[in-house]
Amino acid sequence: MSDLKKIKDEFILKLKNKSNLSEINQIKSDLFGKNGLISLQFKKIGTIADSERKKFAADLNGIKNELQDLISLKIIEIENADINEKLEKEKIDITLPERAFVRGRIHPVSQTIDEISSIFSEIGFSVEEGPDVENEYNNFTALNTPDNHPARDMHDTFYLDEKKQKLLRTHTSPVQIRTMLKDKPPFKIIAPGRTYRSDSDQTHSPMFHQVEGLHIDKNINMGHLKGCLNYFIKEFFEVEKIKMRFRPSHFPFTEPSAEVDIGYEIKDGKIVIGEGDKWLEILGCGMVHPNVLKNVKVDPVKFQGYAFGIGIDRLAMLKYGINDLRAFFDCDYRWLNHFGFDPLDVPTNYRGLSR
Amino acid sequence: MKITFDWIQDHLKTNLKEKHLLKQLTNIGLEVESVESLSVDNELLKIAKIIKAEKHPNADRLKVCDVDVGEKEVKKVVCGATNAREGLITIYAPPGAIIPKTKTKLTTAKIRGVTSYGMLCSEYELNLSEESEGITELSTKYRKSIGKSYFSKSKSNLIDLSITPNRPDCLGVRGIARDLAASGFGKLLELKEKKIKSKTKQTLKIKIKKEKNQGCNAFGSCLITNVKNTESPQWLKDKLISIGQKPISAIVDITNYVMLDINRPLHAYDADKIEKDIIVRDSNSGEEFTALDNKNYKLDKGMCVISDHKGILGLGGIIGGTRSGTELDTKNILLESAYFDPKSIRNTAKKLNLDTDAKFRFERGIDPLSIESGLNRAALLIKEICGGEVSKIDIQETKVYKNQTIKFDTNLFEKISGFKISTKKMIKILENLGFKTKKDKKYLKLTIPSWRPDISQEIDIVEELVRISGYDKIETIDPIKKRFKSTLTQTQKLFHFLQRSIASKGYLEVITWSFTDSNYNNKFKGDKKEIKIVNPISSELGVLRNSIFSNLCMSLSKNLDRGFKDISIFEIGPIFEGPNPGEQSTVVCGLSAGKKNRLSWIDDERNVDVFDVKRDVVQTLVEAGYNSDKFFIDSETPNYYHPGKSGRLFLNSGKDQVAAYFGEIHPNIIKVLDIKTESLVGFEIFLDNLKIPKKTLNDQKKIFQFSDYQKSERDFAFIVNKDVSSQDLINAISVVNNKLISNIRVFDVYEGENIPENKKSVAISVTIQSSEKTLTDNDLEKINKLIIETVENKTGAKIRS
Repeated sequence: MSDLKKIKDEFILKLKNKSNLSEINQIKSDLFGKNGLISLQFKKIGTIADSERKKFAADLNGIKNELQDLISLKIIEIENADINEKLEKEKIDITLPERAFVRGRIHPVSQTIDEISSIFSEIGFSVEEGPDVENEYNNFTALNTPDNHPARDMHDTFYLDEKKQKLLRTHTSPVQIRTMLKDKPPFKIIAPGRTYRSDSDQTHSPMFHQVEGLHIDKNINMGHLKGCLNYFIKEFFEVEKIKMRFRPSHFPFTEPSAEVDIGYEIKDGKIVIGEGDKWLEILGCGMVHPNVLKNVKVDPVKFQGYAFGIGIDRLAMLKYGINDLRAFFDCDYRWLNHFGFDPLDVPTNYRGLSR
Repeated sequence: MKITFDWIQDHLKTNLKEKHLLKQLTNIGLEVESVESLSVDNELLKIAKIIKAEKHPNADRLKVCDVDVGEKEVKKVVCGATNAREGLITIYAPPGAIIPKTKTKLTTAKIRGVTSYGMLCSEYELNLSEESEGITELSTKYRKSIGKSYFSKSKSNLIDLSITPNRPDCLGVRGIARDLAASGFGKLLELKEKKIKSKTKQTLKIKIKKEKNQGCNAFGSCLITNVKNTESPQWLKDKLISIGQKPISAIVDITNYVMLDINRPLHAYDADKIEKDIIVRDSNSGEEFTALDNKNYKLDKGMCVISDHKGILGLGGIIGGTRSGTELDTKNILLESAYFDPKSIRNTAKKLNLDTDAKFRFERGIDPLSIESGLNRAALLIKEICGGEVSKIDIQETKVYKNQTIKFDTNLFEKISGFKISTKKMIKILENLGFKTKKDKKYLKLTIPSWRPDISQEIDIVEELVRISGYDKIETIDPIKKRFKSTLTQTQKLFHFLQRSIASKGYLEVITWSFTDSNYNNKFKGDKKEIKIVNPISSELGVLRNSIFSNLCMSLSKNLDRGFKDISIFEIGPIFEGPNPGEQSTVVCGLSAGKKNRLSWIDDERNVDVFDVKRDVVQTLVEAGYNSDKFFIDSETPNYYHPGKSGRLFLNSGKDQVAAYFGEIHPNIIKVLDIKTESLVGFEIFLDNLKIPKKTLNDQKKIFQFSDYQKSERDFAFIVNKDVSSQDLINAISVVNNKLISNIRVFDVYEGENIPENKKSVAISVTIQSSEKTLTDNDLEKINKLIIETVENKTGAKIRS
C-alpha cells in the first residue's frame, strides 16, 4: 500500500472518531500545515521519477480534495451539533405570559354616533353641530314652542339664569335653527349631540344623546321622510326585514308629526329587533312646521321638508342589548370593557357597521 | 286619559271589537299607552268592615284586625295603617288577589308571628289615587255592600291613552269617539241634549271685572236649590270606577263625569257660603286663600280669581277654595261653567306650582261653546239624583266667541303627504271632524269647530287629513345615494381621529355629565369662572364643568374603589368657559393611574409617569398629522398639575395657542380628593386650538427624497446648568446645518458624582448625512466643531471631555 493510501485511510478513521472542533483543526494542520503529511507529499513531487510523477500528483490531489471535503463536512456537522446543543439549553417555558398590553375602548354611544353618521353619509347628509348651552329662543320659541305652550312641560329644562333665557338644550332641534339661519336651502344635515333634561330615574338620565335630522328642499314630502327612516333603521340594525310603524303624534315644530315604532320580541331574555308583535317607540319626526321655516327666513311656499329626532342611547341599547341607560354614564371599568368597542372597529359601509 | 270601550260606546255605534279599537286609536294619533283588565283581576277585591282592631303583640306600628268580608268566618288581617280602626269600611284583598298597582299576587303570610289572611288596601294600591297614607276609607253607605266586589263587573278594559297637548277635545270621551267615527270606526251618536226648563232666575249676581288681560271672558252658572247630596247611583259609580276613579258624592261625581265625558270642567260652590255676589277679577298682590288641597296660597298680582265680598273663593279654572266647597250636607249649589284663557291658567299654575285636572284641561283650551251644554248636562243630573230646583242659566261674557275660518288649498295635501285623496273624501273627513265646509274651486272654505283650538292654518288641515286617512297610506320613497358635500368637516374628522387615537393607546372612553360637583370643579377650573345651573338635579351636579378632570377623577375613584388599580380613562367632549351659547370648547382629557408592569414576571414594575402621558399626547398629535419637530414644550401649566412634572405643548414655537397640557396631577388634589393610587398622570388636548391645515395630509407631503450616502452618528456630552432644557440644546444643534443634520436624540441625562452642583450632563446623538456626497473625516470634524461651538455659545454648555 502506498504512503498516500495509508495516510488517507488513517485520517478518514481519525476524522470519524473526533467530535470537537479543536481536534479537527489539529487534524487539519497535521495534514495541510507547513509540515503536514499532505504538504510534505506535495514537496516530494519534484523528487519523483518522471514516469510516475503524473500519476502521483493526480493521486495526491485526489486524496487532498477528498480529505478536505471530509474535514469541511465534519466541521459543519460539529458546528450544527454545537448550535443544536446550545439552542436546546436555551429552551424556555413558552406558556409564560406575554409582555403586558393594554386595550383601549370606544364608548358604545360614540360607536353608535359613528354608525349613524356612516349610514346618513351614504344618502347625502352632512354632520352639523351646535352648542350645549342654548338660548331660550333657539331651543323653544323659534321651534314654534312659545312660552306658555304646554309642550314645554314635556321638557324639564336646566336653566343657567333666573330669567330662563339661557339653558342646556333639551333636544338637538336648535341645531336646525342655527343651520338654517347660517346657510341657504337646500339643507340636508344630521346633528348628533348631548341633550339635557332635569329628569333622573330608571329610564331617564339628566344627560342623553340625540341625533337630529333635517332635509329641506323643494317638494320633499312625507314619502321621502318614510323612505329615509326606513332606510336608516334597516341599515342600522343590519337586518333584512324590519317591522316599522308610523303613527300620528304631535310636536310643535313639525306638522304633520309622527312617531315611529319598530317591532320586536323578547327571545331568551334578549330583545330581537324586527320580529314579534310588540312595538317600541324609537323616534319622533314630521314635516317642518311652516312657522319654523318663517322663523329662519326660509319661504315655506317654496321650500318644505322633514325633520326627525332619534335617541342615540336608546338605539345603542337596542342594538347592543344594554339594559340600563344609567350605566352609559356610570364609567364602570367592567361595563366599558364589556360593551366598549375596539378603536380599530371604525364603522364603514364597505366593511359593514359592526363585526 | 283613561277610557273604556263601554264608555266610548255611549257616543259611538260600532260593530268592531276592542282589539280593533286599540289599533285604530293608535293609528289616528291617540296613542294607547297601556291596557289593563280591571274587572277580572279586581273581582276579588271586596268591600269589608273592620270589626276589631288591636295592637300587634310583637310590633308597635302594626295592628291585627278582625275583618267582616261578608262570609261566615271573620278574617284576621295584619295592617300597618294608622287609620285602621273599628267600624271602618274599606277594601279587602284576599290571598290570591292581585294588587292593581304593584301587580303582585297576595299570599297568606306570617307577619311578626301573626298570620295575615289578605290585606286592606290603600287608594294608591288600588290605582284610585296617589294617596298612599292609610287604607281606603269608604262612606258608611257601603255597609249594605259588605262582601260585594268593589269594582264593577264590566268586561271593558281600562285603556290609558297618551293625548298630545294639541288635542284638548280628546280629553273627553266624546272627542275620542268623534275622531274614531271620522276614521271610519263607527258612527258618532248624536247627543240628545236636554235643556233646563226653568222659570226661576239665577239670583246670585256674577260680574267679570273689566281688566286688561283678564283670564276669564265667559262665566256661565245656574243655582240648584234644596238638593240632597247623596251617594251616586250604581251606574255612575261603576262608570267612574271603570276608569279608576273613586266615587265621592253625587255632586262631585256628576261634575267629574261631565268633565270626563265631554271635557267640560265645572265647579260646584256651596251657594250659602258665598258672600253676596261673585266677582271674577285679577288678584291683588299678597292675597291669600286656602285651596281644596288644604294648602294656603299667597297670590301675585294679576291671577284670575273667583271672589265674593269676603275674599277669594277659588283660582279660576285651577282649584276651588275650602270656604265654599260642597259637602254632604250642602243644600244650595252654584254650578260654574266658565272659559279661562290658557295662557293665564298656565302662568298662574306655574307660579304657584299647582297641577290639577282642571288646569290641565283649561291650559290646553276648553271648547268655549260648551258652557251651556255643560250646565245643562250636570244640572239635570243633579236634579235627577239629588232633587232640588234648577234656576235658569246665567252667562256673563266679556268677549263673544266666533268660529275661526280658513281657506284651504286642496293641492297642499298631496304636496306635503305625497299621496292623493279626492276632494270629496277631504270634505267627508273634515265634516266628520266637525268642520263646516264650502267648496270654492281648488279651495275649501272651512269653519273650524270650537273645540279645536289647535287648528289655525292650512298645514293643520293637512295633518287632520293625513292622520284620519292613515299614515300607512304614505308611500315610501327610497332615498337617493348621492352626496353633495363631504359628511364631516376637517374639525369633525380630527375629533373622531383623536378619539380613536387615544383609545388605541389603552384608554377606555367614558362619557360623563357636562355638569359636575362644584367642589371637584374648583380644583380644576384654573382661572375660568364657575357657571351655576339654576335648577340642578342635585347639589353635586350644580355647575357646568370647566374641565373634564373633575368627572374623570370621580369616575376613576369609583373604579379604584372597586379594586382596579391600573386604569386609563379618557373623555372627549365639551368644557364650558361661560354661560352663553358658544362659550365652550372641545377637549380630549385623559387620566392614567397606577403602575406599568404590575406583577410582571419579566419586566420591572414602575409607576406611570409624566413621560408616559407625554408619549400619548405627542404620539397622538403626530398620528393626527402634526410635525413633532416643530413642537414647542415648556413647563407653564395650570395649578392642578404638579408644578415640576408637567408640560405645555404648542404646535410650533410661535406659542399662539396651547395644544395640550400633560403631567402629574398635583399631589394636594390627589390627597384632598382621596384618590387611592400610587401615581396619577393626566393630559388635556384642546381640539379647538389645533390648527386645521388648509392642505390635506397628502398635499402637505414633500417629494419623496432620500440619501444613499453614508451617514455617521456622533455622540456629544454637554455639561449645562440644570435649568437649560434639552429642547434648548436640540434647538441649538438643529440650526447648525439643517442640510447635514438629519436627526438629534438625547440618550442620557446625568446628575451627581463628577458633575458640579446645579449642573447636569446631557448626552446627545447627532446623525449627520449629506444628500450629495460621502462626507470626509474633515467635513465631519468641521461640523463637530461647529456643533460644540454653537451649543456652548447659545446655552452656556461645556463639552464634557
